[in-house]
Amino acid sequence: MTTRESSLSRYGSSTRAAPVPIFYPARPPVDQVGVEERAASLAKRSLKKASKVAALRLAVRMMDLTTLEGKDTPGKVRALSRKAAAPLATDATLGFCAAICVYPNLVPVAKRALAGTTVKVASVATAFPSGQSPLDVKLADVRRAVELGADEIDMVIDRGAMLAGEYTRVFEEIAATKEACAGAHLKVILETGELGAYDVVRRASEIAIAAGADFIKTSTGKISPAATPAVTLVMLEAIRDTYVATGRRIGMKPAGGVRTAKQAIHYLVLVKETLGDAWLTPELFRFGASALLNDVLMQLEKERTGVYQAAEDFSKD
Amino acid sequence: MAKAYKMFVGGSFVRSESGRYVQVRGSPAESADPQVVNVPRGSRKDARDAVVAARAAADGWAARTAYNRGQILYRLAEVMESRAGELRASLVRAGVPTRDASREVDVAVDRAVYYAGFCDKFQALLASHNPVSGPHFGFSLVEPMGVVAVVAPARPALLGLVSAVLPVVAGGNVCVVVAGADDPRTAVLWCECLATSDVPGGVVNVLTGEAAEIAPHLAKHREVAALDAWSADRALLVALERDASGSVKRVRTHDETAASRIASDAGQGLGFIETFLETKTVWHPVGT
Repeated sequence: MTTRESSLSRYGSSTRAAPVPIFYPARPPVDQVGVEERAASLAKRSLKKASKVAALRLAVRMMDLTTLEGKDTPGKVRALSRKAAAPLATDATLGFCAAICVYPNLVPVAKRALAGTTVKVASVATAFPSGQSPLDVKLADVRRAVELGADEIDMVIDRGAMLAGEYTRVFEEIAATKEACAGAHLKVILETGELGAYDVVRRASEIAIAAGADFIKTSTGKISPAATPAVTLVMLEAIRDTYVATGRRIGMKPAGGVRTAKQAIHYLVLVKETLGDAWLTPELFRFGASALLNDVLMQLEKERTGVYQAAEDFSKD
Repeated sequence: MAKAYKMFVGGSFVRSESGRYVQVRGSPAESADPQVVNVPRGSRKDARDAVVAARAAADGWAARTAYNRGQILYRLAEVMESRAGELRASLVRAGVPTRDASREVDVAVDRAVYYAGFCDKFQALLASHNPVSGPHFGFSLVEPMGVVAVVAPARPALLGLVSAVLPVVAGGNVCVVVAGADDPRTAVLWCECLATSDVPGGVVNVLTGEAAEIAPHLAKHREVAALDAWSADRALLVALERDASGSVKRVRTHDETAASRIASDAGQGLGFIETFLETKTVWHPVGT
């Protein structure tokens, strides 16, 4: 065992009950054409009527309603929180979104607005979106977000380190962040649009999972391409292989670029076909989105009334 | 070479998502073309997609200066004139006598020039400075409504389409048009004029197929602000008005004789533009 590997194992085992292999042995490279074709073929499935409505209602409950802009105000976050807690005025049985996702400074606002509901508050941290800050700054960022009340932390990995092959550093930063989360749920953003190849995405997924991620997440939403079905499939397969090898269930969160109800259903089909029904729950699958919610609500209203809806009938976030 | 006729949605020529076609028979005199051609039979979902394309184009089209919209429609008139031979031949293929076809194309080009010129003039005719009792200005200004659905008259195929669509877009609206079922080939040819002029994609979307199948979905669609129905089918018009009531849509219907007057001066005018405009009145204190 090389020094690097032993270091990984040490960190790996300290954060979990059972040690997990960091790099799966003899994994063939990701088949780019195969992955893209499979992801595309699963988009051809057409859900209709009752099953479509069920899928869309599930998608609402899986949504991390997100606003991550420099111009975010307390007012906007309060409005978004109200929407997350009651997405559709005409249908109280619809439930609520899984979480709202904001910058750390706005966590207390969201927390207050969501008091008395079970909608979680997620905060980005670790020098989001670039992750290019010293580790102690990033960890302080995480601790403050947790102190401010965040239930979930969305961290970014250091893509520079990942691309430079400094896997140990990536691993150690994630493991240290997990520790700093002190019980808060950790979602690890790989920013797949910057990783270049599916093999790098797969490796980053494995590192994040081994280092203690509760969720792996595709993107910050600040880089294009963000979430794509193919990259999501690669990550889902990493989750599946982890489950087969260890029994541990990791969550998945595609974020950025998911704008339409049709896309959302496509992702649910990917999850169902790769991981099965057990993952079709907000505990293990989330959408990071803002515009998606209105499109899903429009489609739900279309199914209820039989009439195509107008965008202006739904509140702008 | 047999031509694939397609619908015009969002600036692209598309087949129906349903994969269906209607067969259109040419006149017996025609020899160069196949006797029967397939033209897409638009579906509910094509209408839905066309509304999405139109909505996406609406703000950009409305935000252009009226002068620029006029330039673009004038460019359309130029392209129609340069393709006059093709348009004439297409009308003849569908059974219009040669002399009538020539006249129809000429009037259609004139009509495009007419509405191009009107683009930056109707505001001055329709807006007003209202007398109010107090130290305020009261201005009434016209604004486009947004997405307008148009059920084009069956005949005249070209002039009817042009006369129904151009006042709507001259007013700054975007439209989803169900072309007349008699001669959809000429409608597709006119779309080629739109595609090669500077009309932005999505401003005019033309579906082919059966109005009775497509139009009710447009009438019910909440994103569609108004409906201009030139159908000769009374039962359909009544159904469309009922469907449109759910979203309190503005509906203009035309009686059966309207299409026969379309070639005359009665087929053009400020009223055709005004029907699809909203009036906004603003008050402003005097002296500040």
